[in-house]
Amino acid sequence: MRATLFVPNVAAIARRIDRAASDREKQALIRIIIGTAAAATLAACSATAGGKPQSASSEAPAKKGPGKNKGYDHNPYPSTYKPYPGVPTLLTNVTILDGEGGKIERGAVLFRDGKIVEVGQSIAAPEGATVIDGAGKYVTPGVIDVHSHLGDYPSPGVQAHSDGNEATGPVTAEVWAEHSVWPQDPGFSRALANGGVTTLQILPGSANLFGGRSVTLKNVYARTMQGMKFPGAPYGLKMACGENPKRVYGGKGRMPSTRMGNIAVDRQTWARAQDYKKRWDRYEEQGGEAPSRDMAMDTLRGVLAGEIIVHNHCYRADEMAIVLDMAKEFGYKVGTFHHAVEAYKIADLLKANGTCAAVWADWWGFKMESYDAVSENLAILEREGACGMIHSDDANGIQRLNQEIAKVRAAAKRAGFVIPEEIAWKWAAITPAKALGIDNVTGSLKAGKMADVVLWNGNPFSVYTRPEKVWVDGALLFDMHNPKLRPVSDFELGQPGSGDVK
Amino acid sequence: MKKLLMAAAAMSAAFPAAAQTVAVTNARLVIGDGSAPVEGGTVVVRDGRVVAAGAGVAVPAGVPVVDAGGHWVTPGLFAGFTRMGIVEVDGVSETDDSAAANSPFNAALDVSPAVNPKTSAITLNRAEGITRAVVAPEARGSIFAGQGAIIDLGTDMDPVSKPRAFQFMVYGEEGGRRAGGSRPAAIAMLKNILFEVRDYARAPASFADRGKDALLTRADAQALVPVVTGQVPLLVHVERASDILVVLDLKREVPALKLVLVGANEGWTVARQIAAAKVPVIASALADLPESFEQLAATQSNIGRMQAAGVLVGIGMINDNEARQARLVKQYAGNLVALTKVPGASGLDWGQAFATISSKPAEAMGLGGDYGSLRPGRRGDVVVWDGDPLEIGTAAVRVFIDGVEQPIETRQDQLRKRYFDPKEGALPKAYER
Repeated sequence: MRATLFVPNVAAIARRIDRAASDREKQALIRIIIGTAAAATLAACSATAGGKPQSASSEAPAKKGPGKNKGYDHNPYPSTYKPYPGVPTLLTNVTILDGEGGKIERGAVLFRDGKIVEVGQSIAAPEGATVIDGAGKYVTPGVIDVHSHLGDYPSPGVQAHSDGNEATGPVTAEVWAEHSVWPQDPGFSRALANGGVTTLQILPGSANLFGGRSVTLKNVYARTMQGMKFPGAPYGLKMACGENPKRVYGGKGRMPSTRMGNIAVDRQTWARAQDYKKRWDRYEEQGGEAPSRDMAMDTLRGVLAGEIIVHNHCYRADEMAIVLDMAKEFGYKVGTFHHAVEAYKIADLLKANGTCAAVWADWWGFKMESYDAVSENLAILEREGACGMIHSDDANGIQRLNQEIAKVRAAAKRAGFVIPEEIAWKWAAITPAKALGIDNVTGSLKAGKMADVVLWNGNPFSVYTRPEKVWVDGALLFDMHNPKLRPVSDFELGQPGSGDVK
Repeated sequence: MKKLLMAAAAMSAAFPAAAQTVAVTNARLVIGDGSAPVEGGTVVVRDGRVVAAGAGVAVPAGVPVVDAGGHWVTPGLFAGFTRMGIVEVDGVSETDDSAAANSPFNAALDVSPAVNPKTSAITLNRAEGITRAVVAPEARGSIFAGQGAIIDLGTDMDPVSKPRAFQFMVYGEEGGRRAGGSRPAAIAMLKNILFEVRDYARAPASFADRGKDALLTRADAQALVPVVTGQVPLLVHVERASDILVVLDLKREVPALKLVLVGANEGWTVARQIAAAKVPVIASALADLPESFEQLAATQSNIGRMQAAGVLVGIGMINDNEARQARLVKQYAGNLVALTKVPGASGLDWGQAFATISSKPAEAMGLGGDYGSLRPGRRGDVVVWDGDPLEIGTAAVRVFIDGVEQPIETRQDQLRKRYFDPKEGALPKAYER
């Protein structure tokens, strides 16, 4: 223990504290600092996000804790994704669906250095820009799928790759989907080339009540999962209600085996999480002995603190209503219900709670809880002003989300509710971006946002249309006319059909 | 469109059973034989069978006329591989009659008594223009699954068009599993069964039936006799190229065998051999992932390439929500047309694509003379659409089976009507209907 630091060289102390081997040593060093001014500087040292710095002139008693959210690293597997190089690109004479509800006929989109520069009726081509005439074509933001198991249940679907459900206990909030992602899943390339998908959320499956953390990925192949991770995206927590957890665990003779069992385990778990949060909040503020780390409770604490977004697989209207009340009971928010086959029955409730629904166009009838599916589900949500979006939950469906939203639009029209193209496209753009907490950087064609762009070879609401070119952060990563711009994952190299147009 | 619906309401107050006589005129007419649509078309159905269809066909006196108002008119769609009518909710085993894990029988299992015309999947898919379907059992205790049927999706209580219409067998990874753990085990099982079937056929009365301890009960042997004599087709689920060649080779051992390949995701890599063997294929349409080691070469261009090599290919939905989502074949066929604009891909033109969900799967089953097109003599299954039937969002507005107009309201329609305005009224939602 050094006794020499009475005139604090704050920066030096900060570095020493960061390198301190144990919590005890950290606390000891911190006790040496006199006054809150030093504590304010300490708040900037750690790698973690969030946390308001202490006021230098506060008269409160000296805070001895590591600081809010500084008790442990909140981002220990950080994204190493870097945009690939692109060239200044101008699309002209093209129908634009900007993803936020805007449409421009025969308009122009300019992007450069990875960012959208301008979207308008007519843009002068900067010198050296690649100009693409989009006559007869559409441009949209890259499609965003909030529900995928690519990487966690990759192709081939063999047992050795079956990593999406840690189905050994109903509460596994400690597992993180990203630790199962296999970056060589051929499914990513299909989603890109056939579906125009540029961003996707990989979730644990729905065997468990608390499935674990989800991860948002850029649909860009990398050698490592971290190389695909969407930079700065918040984490999600996958939860599930309904038939799956009670069937999986009831079948093993353990709880839950009923819907009431589902909720009981949920509530007990949230109560533990509240307790954990209280202890860590107090420690981070006031110091003392750090509580034990519990990886599952870390995740739930993140939800209670508003850092981690809840994505709750839930089909039935009545079950969603119960979950909404449970969220109120424990002070958290349900971000999005997934599948939400009966969302249409409670569109008003979802709207009032500000909770979104991510749904299919026409999946139905495979379980009792999907028996009442209607094709107008998403349209009714739209009509009622509730938040709704499309999703796939399927390595094949992710290749056709544009066609799936076309189905909803057509069903709505037949039911007497006309939804313009530009409004419907939100379901695959800004709305899922918001649900993932990344709408400030992607999800629409707006100046300053990431140039995640799809040029379609026709109207994307038609079955006859496919992506022609796909850019991620302004880099051209798929071109249907250029066989070299068609990715082939390691697994597919040298296999029958390797390099084929799939 | 509204005019059509009003006409439909007027005409279809009752839905008499049996065959009917009707003419549909003023149609953008599709025959279903691979040709492109023709304008100003007419279809005449008499006593449940197509008499004539084409541009300028005259309507005989006294035949009730349905004016299609220029809309698309096609044959009812023929779903090439389903489990419709024998499953209500997949996850509820009591409602799932497709497989019997603990039955002593396998090839003998006959789906036709289990077909329930009131299944919600039948109502929903009829409303989407599917009028006939291949209904297959699932294999459990043997590589042989049992005897499938051809059904119509009509509302009457007589759904089976052709009982015991084919035998279904699995090979590949699934066949290996059913036979005890390997493909050689499946082949050994098959060869043994063929031997016993021939034994039975030679002297049925003296067949040594060992009951449930046998690979083959008397009933199973009896069911397989028409297969080895070529009277009913043998549909075989097979995906991998090398497995396809093994299955094709079965014809050397049993020359009368009427083989049909189902799935065939790697079929394009051995298309020449399939065409040379004159074996039809009921293919999965848009499988493009190496979901198993049996389909590493899967590509959406599979059907287009097989067709180009001279293979007779229709679309079927094996292991693809086959109990409920036959309607998706329209989207699949439309996607095959989209491939024609993708460099390096092999797609189908509109007429060919439509044929994969109408005449081709019927022909693959040896039933092209009865179903799947509006050629003379075929069953009078006719659908009037509100747009291009392969385009997303097109709806069937009138559906005829054997010339009888069908109701197309589903419980989904009723749910939608109840909840389109979710506000509470003067009574609970339960009273709204």
